[in-house]
Amino acid sequence: MTQVQSDGPLLSVKSLHHYFGPLAACRNVSFELRRGEILGIVGESGSGKTTLLRCLSGQLAPTSGEVLFASRRHGLTDIFALSEQDRRRISREEWGYVHQNPRDGLRMRVSGGANVAEPMMMNGTRHYGQMRALSLDWFARVELDTARIDNKPRTFSGGMQQRLQIARNLIHGPSLVFMDEPTGGLDVSVQARLLDLMRALVRDMGLAAIIVTHDIGVARLLADRLLVMKSGDVVEHGLTDQVLDDPQHGYTQLLVSSVLQI
Amino acid sequence: MHQNDQPAIRITGLGKSFTLHNQGAAVVPVFADVSLEVRSGECVVLAGASGMGKSTLLRSIYANYLPCAGSVEISHDSQFVDITRAPPHLVLDVRRRTMGYVSQFLRVIPRIPTLALVMEPLLENGVDAAEARERAETILTKLNLPSTLWQLPPATFSGGEQQRVNIARVMVREYPVLLLDEPTASLDAANRGTVVALMNEARARGTAMVGIFHDEIVREQVATRLFDVARHRAAA
Repeated sequence: MTQVQSDGPLLSVKSLHHYFGPLAACRNVSFELRRGEILGIVGESGSGKTTLLRCLSGQLAPTSGEVLFASRRHGLTDIFALSEQDRRRISREEWGYVHQNPRDGLRMRVSGGANVAEPMMMNGTRHYGQMRALSLDWFARVELDTARIDNKPRTFSGGMQQRLQIARNLIHGPSLVFMDEPTGGLDVSVQARLLDLMRALVRDMGLAAIIVTHDIGVARLLADRLLVMKSGDVVEHGLTDQVLDDPQHGYTQLLVSSVLQI
Repeated sequence: MHQNDQPAIRITGLGKSFTLHNQGAAVVPVFADVSLEVRSGECVVLAGASGMGKSTLLRSIYANYLPCAGSVEISHDSQFVDITRAPPHLVLDVRRRTMGYVSQFLRVIPRIPTLALVMEPLLENGVDAAEARERAETILTKLNLPSTLWQLPPATFSGGEQQRVNIARVMVREYPVLLLDEPTASLDAANRGTVVALMNEARARGTAMVGIFHDEIVREQVATRLFDVARHRAAA
């Protein structure tokens, strides 16, 4: 196993471009992410946020540019220079991906407990008792009622499904978690609990996260840093509170001044 | 090695203006060419009328605002970090360990109990939960926040109670550098006295402080020096 320097970047993105035909979805995106950092990607719909997230998480090969990830197995490597098999293994062992719609990230026909245990099984755990114990532990950590562990996710509320999806994506101890609008479909009272939960989990596990959101409030409370995207370009990049309180770019100024106050 | 004659904050030639891109790129100048050194055990009070840029200067020191010129160096692990140019992870590390900021308003995740909010800065610095809880309870007690409120989120608290939660979140740790924006504005006389005592204790420990206090009584009790921001008013 290659030794990964703990103070180096976990993810390093260099001049990433992605085109859909003549249309630029992401243009010249570069940034670094370290362990323990939460990066928010904000911008209106169609600005290229999700395309960028799909490129970073290995689902979509960028037209040009590099996505270097400090993998436990390979060291700092361009994930698109690896074989499909190696890339999938990194995704399975070292990443998590939380979808906006929990139905896209869960298996609706098996129990909640099996949903949480499955990533461990895919990474080689075979001991049923161990998996059961860890699943119960994670049910409690994301504040799900452990008595519901054998119920299917379709009997869970939207907020419970999202917490189940988070448990499923953290149980195998990833170093990097991608989240696409993780609080998107939830009512605000559930959102607040989920935000706190995600922050505590990131802090306690020392992992890094990249969160795509169009909700400036969510970005402010969750992200350390922000990338602001517009029409495929990163128009601003900096500390979250600096970008939101003293935006430098016209588009960010418009975005921030358009947030409804309550 | 930490040298005692090295300032905790060194501001050199700092300038700030705002460019409003959606209003015909209007430029609002605030201040120019501000230089200031603050040493351990000093409390510098920013003076000047409203709108002169006191809060803007304080926010620029915290890297909440991005200055247009000059530098703000903070002594962090005995080395100067220019907060206006440092990479984000370093700025966050300076804020986590070296520089605390009491803002005018409390801005936190909704529905989190007060006690957990006050424990948070300690947990982020690796203090174990039991000790963090004890220290959070101690500071909340000192600030006269009734223990019946500790398990409640502060959203429904009065202005003065929220402000004390805000102060507790910062004073629960001993930051070498403290920035304070009107920390006593919505407090009654007794609570104001408590906060003044906490600030003076921190200063006696060697904390370097920069603050804005409109209340003259408070200002006289805590200031070791005044800094007139109006003298650096930038020409429009």
